[in-house]
Amino acid sequence: MDHDSAYNALSEASDDRRWAFGTGFEDPLAGVDASVPAGVAGPSLATYCLMLGDDALVFSHRLQEWLTRLPELEEEVAVANIALDLLGQARLLLARAGQADGSGRDEDAIAFFREPRQWRNVRLVEAADADFAQLVVRLLVFSTWRRAVLDRLQASSDPFLAAVAGKGVKELAYHRDFAAGWVVRLGDGTELSHRRTASALEAVWPLVDELFDAHPVEESLVGVAVVPTAVRAEFDEVIDAVLAAATLSRPRVARAGAVGGRAGRDGVHTEALGFLLAEMQSVARAHPGGRW
Amino acid sequence: MTYTSEGGHGAVPTAGVPTGAAPGAVGTDWPLYEVFIRSKRGLNHVHVGSVHAPDAEMALRHARDVYTRRNEGVSIWVVASADITASSPEEKDPFFSPSADKVYRHPTFYSIPDDVPHM
Repeated sequence: MDHDSAYNALSEASDDRRWAFGTGFEDPLAGVDASVPAGVAGPSLATYCLMLGDDALVFSHRLQEWLTRLPELEEEVAVANIALDLLGQARLLLARAGQADGSGRDEDAIAFFREPRQWRNVRLVEAADADFAQLVVRLLVFSTWRRAVLDRLQASSDPFLAAVAGKGVKELAYHRDFAAGWVVRLGDGTELSHRRTASALEAVWPLVDELFDAHPVEESLVGVAVVPTAVRAEFDEVIDAVLAAATLSRPRVARAGAVGGRAGRDGVHTEALGFLLAEMQSVARAHPGGRW
Repeated sequence: MTYTSEGGHGAVPTAGVPTGAAPGAVGTDWPLYEVFIRSKRGLNHVHVGSVHAPDAEMALRHARDVYTRRNEGVSIWVVASADITASSPEEKDPFFSPSADKVYRHPTFYSIPDDVPHM
């Protein structure tokens, strides 16, 4: 125990004493077989990785847009942490997609050189939040759903997906906890905060049902992918408990329309995604192959 | 409602939306909490800094987000800064100088058995 410096006391004997670099980092994919399992269709696996990866990447970008705009420094760091967690999940999944489809594209090529209709994310993550209440309500919905999906994905017969899910499920448990805490505080807070949280719920809710649509790609990957219809009951149970504590109730609003039954998972998106990608991809497209 | 893309950050409402709290509804500043973290092999919690939060529960979460991002800790304590009574710099001499010349108070004049840890 080093009593001269609190920072030294936090590091381990084996560290180089630079506390800012932390201690005992782990590689979630250490020792995991990354080859595509026998009997699994590479293109389907790649599409499934894009679905999960695009959800995380687009939502991470929306969360990053909040930085410098949040009401307190501490919330700023919290949201940055959550955005980074999701970005980390997206990087693994997009890289996996480029490997599984045989194209050999890396994560950057997939993130920065696809058109909106090639993105497979759900539409929930596309819109910019109108206020802090929408941020926490959207995050509550997203993290409750995704945590339930990744929880089941830990049992995937693809060891790579299982490892990514094992890392992500703990991260999402915290995201859900963060969001639920704020929804309860705002919902059960002042008259103004209650009203704005109820409006946020109404704004986000039309996009909730889409999260639980079974997609043919998910259904074809038996034992590998999670068909999201399976997590609806858990989602409803968690959301109802949070809303009850927040003195809110599920809004009665119609589900957002689809185009011929096709929505985000098929590349049919809201207008917001185009603007988001235009900003996110602009630097990589202006300087192809650039490094810094 | 007015939206702008100020700073290139996408549509953000800047006018026509209610902002701020209702008059007198909440305070403007959150109180300060001191943060103590125990590392994986550390024996005790050490003070690392402070956070603002509306209550202790949220202070704990803020501390997690601000002070354990780089894998520093396995346990966090938070305590309201207002609840800490501290010695003042003016009291430094009467408090601490009298012990400066009493080396015999250290137990180093005894031989310590090898199997006694953490001395």
